[in-house]
Amino acid sequence: MKSDESKCVNCQRCVSLCPTRALKIVKSDCILRENCNWQNDTIREVYKQANSGGVLLSSMGNPKPMPVYWDKMLINASQVTNPPIDPLREPMETKVFLGKKPERIERDKSGNLINNLPAQIELTMPVMFSAMSYGSISYNAHASLARAAEELGIIYNTGEGGLHEDFYKFGKNTIVQVASGRFGVYENYLNAGAAIEIKMGQGAKPGIGGHLPGEKIVGDISRTRMIPEGSDAISPAPHHDIYSIEDLRQLVFSLKEATRYKKPIIVKVAAVHNIAAIASGIARSGADIIAIDGFRGGTGAAPTRIRDNVGIPIELALASVDKRLRDEGIRNNVSLVAGGSIRSAADVVKAIALGADACYIATAALLALGCHLCRTCQSGKCNWGIATQKPELIKRLNPDIGSRRLVNLMTAWKHEIKEIMGGMGINSIEALKGNRLMLRGVGLNEKELEILGISHAGE
Amino acid sequence: MDKFVIIGNGVAAAGCIEGIRSTENEGRITVISEEKHPVYCRPLISYYLEEKTDREKMKYRADGFYESNGCSVIFKKAVSIDKSKRHVILEDGEKVSYTSLCVATGSSPFVPPFEGLDTVKHCFSFMTIDDAEALKKELSKDKDVLIIGAGLIGLKCAEGIGDRAKSVTVCDLAGRILSSILDDDCAAIMQKRLEDSGIAFMLGDSAVKFDGNKAIMKSGKTVKFDILVIAVGVRANSALIRDIGGNVNRGITVDKYGKTSVKNIYAAGDCTECVDYSDGMNKVIAIMPNAYIGGFTAGVNMAGGKTEFANPIPMNSIGFFGIHAMTAGSYDGELFEDRSENTIRRFFTKDGRLIGFMLVGCNERAGIYTSLIRERIPLSTLNFDMLRKTADFTSFSAESRKHVFGGEI
Amino acid sequence: MKRIYVNEEWCLGCHLCEYNCAFANSGLKDMVEALKGKPIFPRIHIEGNEKISYAVSCRHCTDPICVKSCIAGAISNKDGVIVVDKNKCVGCMTCILVCPYGALALNENGVMQKCELCTRNSDGTPACVKGCPNNAIVFEER
Repeated sequence: MKSDESKCVNCQRCVSLCPTRALKIVKSDCILRENCNWQNDTIREVYKQANSGGVLLSSMGNPKPMPVYWDKMLINASQVTNPPIDPLREPMETKVFLGKKPERIERDKSGNLINNLPAQIELTMPVMFSAMSYGSISYNAHASLARAAEELGIIYNTGEGGLHEDFYKFGKNTIVQVASGRFGVYENYLNAGAAIEIKMGQGAKPGIGGHLPGEKIVGDISRTRMIPEGSDAISPAPHHDIYSIEDLRQLVFSLKEATRYKKPIIVKVAAVHNIAAIASGIARSGADIIAIDGFRGGTGAAPTRIRDNVGIPIELALASVDKRLRDEGIRNNVSLVAGGSIRSAADVVKAIALGADACYIATAALLALGCHLCRTCQSGKCNWGIATQKPELIKRLNPDIGSRRLVNLMTAWKHEIKEIMGGMGINSIEALKGNRLMLRGVGLNEKELEILGISHAGE
Repeated sequence: MDKFVIIGNGVAAAGCIEGIRSTENEGRITVISEEKHPVYCRPLISYYLEEKTDREKMKYRADGFYESNGCSVIFKKAVSIDKSKRHVILEDGEKVSYTSLCVATGSSPFVPPFEGLDTVKHCFSFMTIDDAEALKKELSKDKDVLIIGAGLIGLKCAEGIGDRAKSVTVCDLAGRILSSILDDDCAAIMQKRLEDSGIAFMLGDSAVKFDGNKAIMKSGKTVKFDILVIAVGVRANSALIRDIGGNVNRGITVDKYGKTSVKNIYAAGDCTECVDYSDGMNKVIAIMPNAYIGGFTAGVNMAGGKTEFANPIPMNSIGFFGIHAMTAGSYDGELFEDRSENTIRRFFTKDGRLIGFMLVGCNERAGIYTSLIRERIPLSTLNFDMLRKTADFTSFSAESRKHVFGGEI
Repeated sequence: MKRIYVNEEWCLGCHLCEYNCAFANSGLKDMVEALKGKPIFPRIHIEGNEKISYAVSCRHCTDPICVKSCIAGAISNKDGVIVVDKNKCVGCMTCILVCPYGALALNENGVMQKCELCTRNSDGTPACVKGCPNNAIVFEER
């Protein structure tokens, strides 16, 4: 047996399958002469660009050693003066509803409650699988996500690639996305899901569109995206009909009209510098939910420099948006969904305490499907059958296994969320939401604590 | 209570017992066995001679087989049947009455009336364990063996003797060995292996006369021997049925339920003839699987069940000294052939179906081909060009694979 | 009865089932010791081409012709599981000639072997099923 180390992407597939655990992947000891300023990767990128003259492409989330604020926040627990709750003995509510909440209770003449609740998304736990298009990931990956979402009573998201005809049956567990390319969008599609998401931006590549090369637009993908086989699928950086909040409002209401006001509308934006002001605008646009995607969020392919240098951390964005909307008295206009590297049940709990109604996860879901974060999605040769359209690779992901593992992961997180909440003496997500007293910072400076709206540990 | 009687104690009889018991558990079964041994399979005798197996391992069924199936065995010869009184008369005059009877008497070696055969001191057939025992006793390194007949029995006997004789010579009137199942080319490969292993052949020639330890051949040659084995062929033991006016051809005629033309009498195994499913001809297909299946079928029907044995075909798996040949069906069709130095694959098709094959030196998964014949699968439903080269399921449609591997069969 | 079923849609042709089978039937505790550097004789085989692959092992037919055809009475039906008595087998290969699925083959000693659903080794559930990374082989009632 021979191996070519130059082609190894460290996907760990061989390691996982070897029945005698005889294989291990080691770091090549053939490295460039490094120094602190010019590190190995930096030098190689220069060589690559000197060779190609092109923009560097990368995938998955920002790998740079930027601060991860989740890890600098600690969660409270009850001792003595207020009792913790044992989730195995006491009821613990993890169900959440996403959407605009009515400002006041209305009653009819005889005093009966009038149902003035706008359309909502109902989730059994505050986690959803975020947008990954059919095209960027495989049919079997979508099937796994859809089946798991249905079994769990949560939601997955079509991404901008349209909805494969086989998956219409998972509609009540689906968010259908409308992105700048408008691929696969038509009336039945809009009405197929539980909600519609307008994708304005993505955490991994704020301000950047998307480009799925023509060679990937074949068969079902071309049909689902409703574009000819072999044509490049280009998602422009902006929506060409949206240059203001007013324009956004028009699209929001067009979509509401198209769906008879039965579907909540989500606007997804990347976390950028003026995210609070943007969110304030969106909350006034008629949208029901704002999804904010932090700069560590994943991608199937993004320009390396954008991924690694543009955008802001989700923790800071979320805290400032929540505060701004509260300050302006419009927090109940919208629900907030936080995404962009939510890695565990603890991150979910911290996000909710910072003000999120729910979280989006994608990288964690892909890990459950087998992804080993080799970060070469852009090659289209995913050895785990996820980010590929090659039939021989797709079949490596059996949705029977994939969906079961996703269900396992979410079930585990749900248990953990209940444990953590119980420890705080809190018995519902609703009571945790925006409850920043439950968080303390460690190793954060005054400014960071101020933006996060939390005290330092010990205070 | 029903009384089931089976004449014979070979594989067909065992099949019959198991067929009866698969259907009912009440009736008494009586087996009339001329051989004084519990059931064994006759093809094993060459392996016994070769010492690849022993008397214990040769038992076709575990000890207690008869008892656990409610069978009694009478070790006597049945000499006639009284069909009106419905009983079988044994050699000592004892009568065994039956409600239904299965004749599974097998076959006997055919010994032509050679002149001077009575002058031969050590002359053997090679059909039963007793034959093999007797032959084994006589064998020694300083003796020459002459085997008349290069068919399956004669050659398995030659292999079984191996190097325990000074020489082994096999003669046959036919110009090739295994003439009933192989053609010239296939036979040549097998013959070469046998010759390489020390067996000498005199083909297109056979003994006409014996004089003590000398055989005078048709060609005029004289062959000296110490031990003579006569294996020119077998005859179905059909007299019991013929004597009472039942239909008998080369074997006892039975329908697909195993019934003879005589009321309440069934027959199975080497004593019967049936319709070869591969070519529609009536013939005696004296092979072990057919004996068992025929016996089982007869047993089920005797016991009041209903089953048929609709697709018997001739098939043979035979090997000598490490080379193996497999054949099945009939050969009167269009020939497709693939061969290499030591292997031949020959397939015969007719009306879009496989009707027969010969495989020499390459028999992996041959049953896939056999089933094409037995199931009469139209070759248009698969890629026969590929299948001929490799016996696997890639040549079949995805649908038939799903059927085979995705459900109970 | 629970049987082994294969689904070519998920078979990756990785041959792990063959190794797991040979290991399970080796009686040894260590796979490396059991299989390294020797030809293996598994009772399940991957076949296929560039496009498809799937595993083939004994179907444990309800009406097994191998049992009826064995000249030595070495193949029998034990509660639905078709098993070979290696002691009795003489290697005549009649079972190979009749099995419609090509599920029997000689082992390293010239004796017939076939899948016995791991009923005779310590595993209990078939090793091929346990080790299949993509659920292409399952052991279930159908």
